[in-house]
Amino acid sequence: MKNIENKAAYKKGLRDGFPIAMGYFAVAFSLGFMAKKCTLTPLQGFIGSFFTRASAGEYGVYSLVVQDAGYLSVVAMSLITNLRYLLMSTALTQKFSSHTSLFKRLLVGCCVTDEIFGISIAYPGPLNPCYTFGAFSISTPMWALGTMTGIIAGSVLPARAVSALSVALYGMFIAIIVPPSKKDKAIGIAVAAGFVLSYLARSLSVIKQFNISSGTITIILTIVISAAAAIIKPVLINEDEMDS
Amino acid sequence: MTHSTWIYIIIMILTTNIIRIIPLTLIRGQIKNRFFQSFLYYVPYVTLAVMTFPAIMEATNSPVAGAVALIIGIAAAWMGLGLFPVSVICCVVVFILELFI
Repeated sequence: MKNIENKAAYKKGLRDGFPIAMGYFAVAFSLGFMAKKCTLTPLQGFIGSFFTRASAGEYGVYSLVVQDAGYLSVVAMSLITNLRYLLMSTALTQKFSSHTSLFKRLLVGCCVTDEIFGISIAYPGPLNPCYTFGAFSISTPMWALGTMTGIIAGSVLPARAVSALSVALYGMFIAIIVPPSKKDKAIGIAVAAGFVLSYLARSLSVIKQFNISSGTITIILTIVISAAAAIIKPVLINEDEMDS
Repeated sequence: MTHSTWIYIIIMILTTNIIRIIPLTLIRGQIKNRFFQSFLYYVPYVTLAVMTFPAIMEATNSPVAGAVALIIGIAAAWMGLGLFPVSVICCVVVFILELFI
């Protein structure tokens, strides 16, 4: 009985994960171009993407690779760019039935991405971990294959096609930040501040002379702007509204 | 290069997955500290904003094409399009613009 339920949940996860997998492949393809510029090999891209599954986080870390930054900044970059997973996993702790083992909970935690979290938290009733595993098992290989293909194709495709596909990843970032900015003016202002300060930090010669790496600028600006926003406009998060 | 790319990747894998499982092992109730809660609320969007601009203008052959893709991408997302369509629209915008620039 339990097995049949799990199988059904797994199949449902596969089905719901299919469009996610398609989108992942395209976006990972563009991440691959970027990874290629950062000197990653196809195998490194495949392994890195398969086990990390974090577009912004991978993007940030690969930019550190090419800068030959210190290992500590890799930890900092991974922490900062993926802090939202902390929130998402926290929300998921409330979503399990009390019978779900710690082992399965941890496995579900490892599956968390914006999209997988989004469909898992929307699962009717307590989450059957097999549903998340289903979505994971179709989307993750596509994410890893997309990255690997992007690294390989980056040198084969004509420059103009590479240039166009390079913005796919930014397109996805835009699609993640715009809807909440529209809904919550405070997020919108924080995002706008991010755009402006990021531009200034990377172009003003006053700052350039300190030779701060691009990744470090990202970390510093994120902490400063988010902390300022949290002080100026604190929020009480309703977990139901914590979508991807 | 003094650092190994593989070590970068292993650190990335470990850190990212530890973040994912920490709440499931440690946090039982809700985070009570209001400042920390608010800070976490803004972090994902601010990070992505900082990483998108001006980088999107440096990713393309022509900075103008990147800037236009950003504006049209924001408009498309504003009108409710999802991750995949917005990505495709940005690519198409750059591809078409760079035919003329």
